[in-house]
This record gives sequence, structure tokens and C-alpha cells, in this order.
Amino acid sequence: MHWTTIIYCGILTYLTRFSMIFFLKKDILNEKTKKVLTYVPSAIFPAIIFPPIFLDATGSIDIDSNPKILAAIIAIIIGYFSKSIIATILVGLAFYWFLIFVYYQ
Amino acid sequence: MNNRFKTLSKGIIDVSPLMIPVVPFGIIYGVIGMELGLSAYMTFGMSIIIFGGASQIVLLQLFSGGASSFVTITSVTAVNSRHLLYGAVFSEYLFHLKLRWKIILSYVLIDQAFAVSNIYFKKNKENKFKHYHLLGAGFTCWTIWQISTILGIVLGSVVPEELGLSFTISLTFLALLINDFRKYKNIIVMLVSGIVATIGYNTIPFQAYIIVATLSALSVATIITLIEQKKK
Repeated sequence: MHWTTIIYCGILTYLTRFSMIFFLKKDILNEKTKKVLTYVPSAIFPAIIFPPIFLDATGSIDIDSNPKILAAIIAIIIGYFSKSIIATILVGLAFYWFLIFVYYQ
Repeated sequence: MNNRFKTLSKGIIDVSPLMIPVVPFGIIYGVIGMELGLSAYMTFGMSIIIFGGASQIVLLQLFSGGASSFVTITSVTAVNSRHLLYGAVFSEYLFHLKLRWKIILSYVLIDQAFAVSNIYFKKNKENKFKHYHLLGAGFTCWTIWQISTILGIVLGSVVPEELGLSFTISLTFLALLINDFRKYKNIIVMLVSGIVATIGYNTIPFQAYIIVATLSALSVATIITLIEQKKK
């Protein structure tokens, strides 16, 4: 990792926040574009979530006795009902620890 | 002066409840940064220079996978592209401000600050000092994020690797999506992204799987939006 990479990331991130405030007097993004932008988290985060859960260290799909899949399912259920970010993370992690340290031992 | 201070405090108070999940998120970021072997300066420097939690964790993950800087920069920018929406919505309230205000407020225009100040701006269009609300909310987020990053860096040097804390990356992002679990259109978009990324992880070169998966999922989101509008 180089500092230059971080600085470029910082500048571009800043521009995503600054550009619209600087250039626009009024909100000109049309409703369609706005609607699509609201999907950005749903479009990006699963790309980060899925591969480490479903792929093993060698990069092949691992579905049998995979504690991460089970823990993720529990986390989804907790998240769905509690709508609490912390509860989702903590219960998911606790269940994952239970699986790797107790159940699969 | 009184009105400015009142609005600033309102911003701080409004955003405070949203800071509760930010703390573990910042700690996780710091711990993982250390576990991946980044220096404490770099881990902390990213929190100052980028100041965007989700994108910083993406950066760490791509770094651990050996992605090129081009792919890393593109992915981070893609994750943060949602801020364009925030800026566009706020331009109406902030366009009359002096440039230095725009420069300062842009730095702290993140998810949580947008969420609370957007509500405040809508209700208080007449307040001449309404931008102080965003200033208060934004810098509260900033302070909490920096402190939790430092906590994570300190903890990261003592937490053993066997705990498998890298799994918290997946869990954290999963938790950020909980409000969308009830919307079936979002679930379709999520599945497209996740499946493309999982298949593409080994087949798409240069660790560009995040970008390809995101673009595929956004195309589907665009199609869904277009179909929706036709129905109306």
C-alpha cells in the first residue's frame, strides 16, 4: 500500500462530496438517477460480503460445513427482525465463534 | 451567535444515536488494518484522508488481495459515489454559502450526517444558520470515527489472529444493508452483485470483481427503475 494510492482515494472521495455542492445551485439530478443511486449500497456491499464467505483459502466454492455461511444466515435473520446494526454484527460473530471453537472442534 | 450555537448543538445531538454502531465499525477497521500488516500511521492516515468507513474497509480487503492501485482507487470511488446523491440533495440548501464553507462541509458530508441534516434542512428552510447543523453532525462523526480507529489500532496489536476477525468485514457490510432486506428489488440487486463477485473472484483479472459486480448490479437496478417508471 502506498500513500499516493490513499491520497488519490481521498481526493476522489472528497470530490464525490464536494462536486455537487460546488457546481449545482439546485438539485438537478433527475428522479431516475437518484433512484438508481439509492441502490449503490445494495449493488456494492454484496460484492464485498459474498466472496470471503463462499470461497475457501484456495478460491474454490465451499458450501459444505462452512461456518461462515451459517453465521451469515443467522446474522441476516437477526438483522431482519432487530434492524439493529450492532446486534447483527455481534450475534453473527458470537455464532461464528461458537461454530469454529465449539461445534466443529 | 446564540442561534448558531443552538443549531450546531442540535446537529451534535441529532447525530449522536447514529454514532453507536460507528464505534465498533471503527474498531473493526483499525483491528483489521493492523492484522493485515499496515502501519499504524497508514491505518490512521486513511481515516483522516479518506474519512469513509465502508470504502476504507474495501481498500483494506483489496490490499490484502493484492489489487493494483488503479483497481483500488476505482473501487473506493465507486463505493463513495453515493455521496454524489447527498451533495445534489444539499446543493439547494448550501449553494448560497461562501466557498470556504462548502470546502469544510464537503469533508464531513457522510451517510450519518446526511441522514440527520437532511431531515433538519427540510424542516428549517428559514434558519439562516442551518448549515451549522451539518457542521455539528459532521464533525461529531469525524471525531468518533478517529477515536474508534485509534482504539482499533491499539486493540489490533493485541487481538490474536485465530479469532477470525476478518469475518467481521462481511458481517459489518451485511449489517449496513439490514434496512434493505425487506425490499425485494434491493434483494435482487444484492444477489446479482454477490453472485457475479463470487464467480468473478477468480475469473476476473486484477481483482476487478468488485467493480464488475457493482456495474452488473447497477445495470439491473437501472432496468428495475425504468420498468417501475413505465408502470406509472
